[in-house]
Amino acid sequence: MSTLDSKTPAGPIKDKWTNHKSNINVVNPANKRLIDVIVVGSGLAGGAAAASLAELGYNVKCFCFQDTPRRAHSIAAQGGINAAKNYQNDGDSIYRLFYDTVKGGDYRSRESNVYRLAEVSANIIDQCVAQGVPFAREYGGLLDNRSFGGVLVSRTFYAKGQTGQQLLLGAYSAMSRQINKGKIKMYNRHEMLELVLVDGKARGIIARNLVTGELERHSAHAVVLGSGGYGNVFYLSTNAMGSNVTAAWRAHRKGAYFANPCYTQIHPTCIPRSGDYQAKLTLMSESLRNDGRIWVPKSKENVEAIRSGKKKPIDLSADERDYYLERRYPAFGNLVPRDVASRAAKERCDAGYGVNETGEAVYLDFSSAIMRYGQEKANILHLENPSKEKIRELGEGVIESKYGNLFQMYEKITDDNPYKTPMMIYPAVHYTMGGLWVDYNLMTTVPGCFAAGEANFSDHGANRLGASALMQGLADGYFVLPYTIGDFLADDIRTGPIANDSPEFLEAEKETKNRLDALINNKGTKSVDHFHKRLGKVMWNQVGMARNGPGLKEAISEIQKIREEFYKDVFVPGTTNEFNPELEKATRVADFLELGELFAQDALEREESCGGHFREESQTEEGEALRNDKDYAYAAAWEWTGTPRGSKMHKEELTFNDIELKQRSYK
Amino acid sequence: MNLTLKIWRQKEAKASGSMETYKVSEISEHMSFLEMMDVLNEQLINEGKEPIAFDHDCREGICGSCSMYINGEPHGPDRGVTTCQLHMRKFKDGDTIHIEPWRAASFPVIKDLVVDRSAFDRIIQSGGYVSVNTSGNSQDANAIPIPKEDADNAFDAATCIGCGACVAACKNSSAMLFVSAKVSQLALLPQGQVERKERVLSMVDQMDTEGFGNCSNTGACEIECPKGISLDNIARMNRELLSAKI
Repeated sequence: MSTLDSKTPAGPIKDKWTNHKSNINVVNPANKRLIDVIVVGSGLAGGAAAASLAELGYNVKCFCFQDTPRRAHSIAAQGGINAAKNYQNDGDSIYRLFYDTVKGGDYRSRESNVYRLAEVSANIIDQCVAQGVPFAREYGGLLDNRSFGGVLVSRTFYAKGQTGQQLLLGAYSAMSRQINKGKIKMYNRHEMLELVLVDGKARGIIARNLVTGELERHSAHAVVLGSGGYGNVFYLSTNAMGSNVTAAWRAHRKGAYFANPCYTQIHPTCIPRSGDYQAKLTLMSESLRNDGRIWVPKSKENVEAIRSGKKKPIDLSADERDYYLERRYPAFGNLVPRDVASRAAKERCDAGYGVNETGEAVYLDFSSAIMRYGQEKANILHLENPSKEKIRELGEGVIESKYGNLFQMYEKITDDNPYKTPMMIYPAVHYTMGGLWVDYNLMTTVPGCFAAGEANFSDHGANRLGASALMQGLADGYFVLPYTIGDFLADDIRTGPIANDSPEFLEAEKETKNRLDALINNKGTKSVDHFHKRLGKVMWNQVGMARNGPGLKEAISEIQKIREEFYKDVFVPGTTNEFNPELEKATRVADFLELGELFAQDALEREESCGGHFREESQTEEGEALRNDKDYAYAAAWEWTGTPRGSKMHKEELTFNDIELKQRSYK
Repeated sequence: MNLTLKIWRQKEAKASGSMETYKVSEISEHMSFLEMMDVLNEQLINEGKEPIAFDHDCREGICGSCSMYINGEPHGPDRGVTTCQLHMRKFKDGDTIHIEPWRAASFPVIKDLVVDRSAFDRIIQSGGYVSVNTSGNSQDANAIPIPKEDADNAFDAATCIGCGACVAACKNSSAMLFVSAKVSQLALLPQGQVERKERVLSMVDQMDTEGFGNCSNTGACEIECPKGISLDNIARMNRELLSAKI
């Protein structure tokens, strides 16, 4: 085991980024034209990086597996983006955003990176408004804010329930401008299948043209991975169907350490599972917890009555309901962080209080908010003695204007009207805080290979706060990477173009081709999904919301077994040289089957609870997560040695100079 | 429920295609339309046959990937939804469902139900943006107040997901709803004013180059649009175009 150096600059935390920018190497504008950069992924991190690097003058090649960069999964983010603007005058500041994020991450993130994130957050909003992103506004014409979990201020900017879409279209428009200028060459429907190293540096990728099936060798002076997270290792998650770990995993196998793979965010408010055919889970934005109250019945009799359809939730009076978050966490109530809210829902459902047939659902109820808003509106309209129905009607109107599209989405999926009856929700896998280990410059342990956004590990520790993913993706892509990449590329101004027919490229191409051929020629009896679903079940049951030693060991051997069977018995129809979605799935699931094992191993190694990682062996008397700072205040970065089992752990000790380590409390 | 599916199969762009018939059984009304397609594909794979290729990704109605022409309507019989949000409760046991790709010369078929919509990207690339660098040194976000009504209208136009249902619904294969949504969003905001004229001219020019048809005010696009983008945007774009030309 070795110790990792994050290369965090010296000096007081508030000066680190400014000083670092002044001191690192810079490539002059004329030389930037001589340098090529590959960006994999076109979401908020990848898309923002591609656009910014092209604006600076680098020649960018950007790859996405979707048919257009505008469809990257960042688009599905609903609720909002945080920024320390303090427009609401509620005492927000860079320090407070920094503090909330470190605390929210249960003190398992790197202080210096988080501070930088908080520092550039305000610029993101300025930038996006300049691009024409239509954020929600108040009647005076200024930007509106709302509140998210785990914080006590209103710092979240939003565009109804489609903030991710609007921000991504902002990045997409900046990219489109550079594509039009020829500074970005866009490769749609292309998937990175291998990272190519030349003399120990990342110098290109092998990509598959998903339309023709052809393998292509692409060279560059550096490779940026903005390829997102790996939540789909659980099969069912809120991620898009195509979201995958392959780009990051191939880089890992070439020497990039993978940090904290077990840190997964289980989002508390998703639509519950309805059957085995289900392909994915749908998130209901956290913003709903601003106005929704979460509850289950107090008595088992009422649970039974509801499950059998004898009673409806609205039949239960207030004192027959257990608003368990408000009961357990009076200070934060329904706005506790995601990990806390998820575990609390699981605790109630495990105790037998779940409200649907499967016993895995709780209520998210808007009736109090509807009446409150309705009364406010009635006051504004100077209605005298308005009827209850009138107030309800007015209130529904206000809720509609805030969350209309989310309510519509819920109704389309469940056929229930959430204005009239509470929503049913249950936690689901949503985001992965772990990812490729990066230093302060966002460079992985492979020189020249960078990772940005959800693909890296650095900013969210063991739990991400709501509305922080969009912030991190754009911060990395627009404002961090464009500076820090220069520090590496400054050595390459005389290198000249990188050849794509060197032995390293040809070897990587051949190896990739063999991998694809083997899958096609396997001619087994079971579909790729069959194995993916089995992997997902093991992950959810043993490596999900609650984990323990024996369960994790069992999961490791189960996953090994599934992986062996996969290579013996998988059936991939069609050929390699055509549009073949099943083959795409197969390469992704093959990588998930390796990652899954490392994931469980990382969870086994960390014998403490922190953030989204809950070890049953490590909890307080009240059942809250119990950290062990003495033994585990480090980031675990895993080195590939040939098998997931043989992976070697390296530690980055986490030191906290500007925040005191405390047991997290939201009471 | 048991269903008969008539689905367009086409090996590749240059191949000629045809409608093929498939049967699926025990379909739950709670399934989404694409989950029903998953069931069919699993069935085909288990029979050693090639599954049906279709575009899909987020499965929550926002990425704009899915693109099925179902019983003569883009995204099927429900309103305000994409194919992935369409649920089987909209169909009855014993129904025959026709499933085709988007039909438009500017959206050539790649395989089965998958089409090439890159023409939309090229239209945006021709000017569908504000030309500011991502320096982070722009003025404070609250420096220019924007009337809430303008901001809301700009947002409504910006909700377009670029799926192409408007083109598929139109008898002329016109892309006017798509193009006008972007033109409107930026014309309504102060940030879009500087390039206002140039933008509409180049985007309309690119739209014509791509071979999309003209608008004859039928309004099918607005009805089939999963995000409810209004025809008002087309009217606004026509005004923008006219004033840019004079």
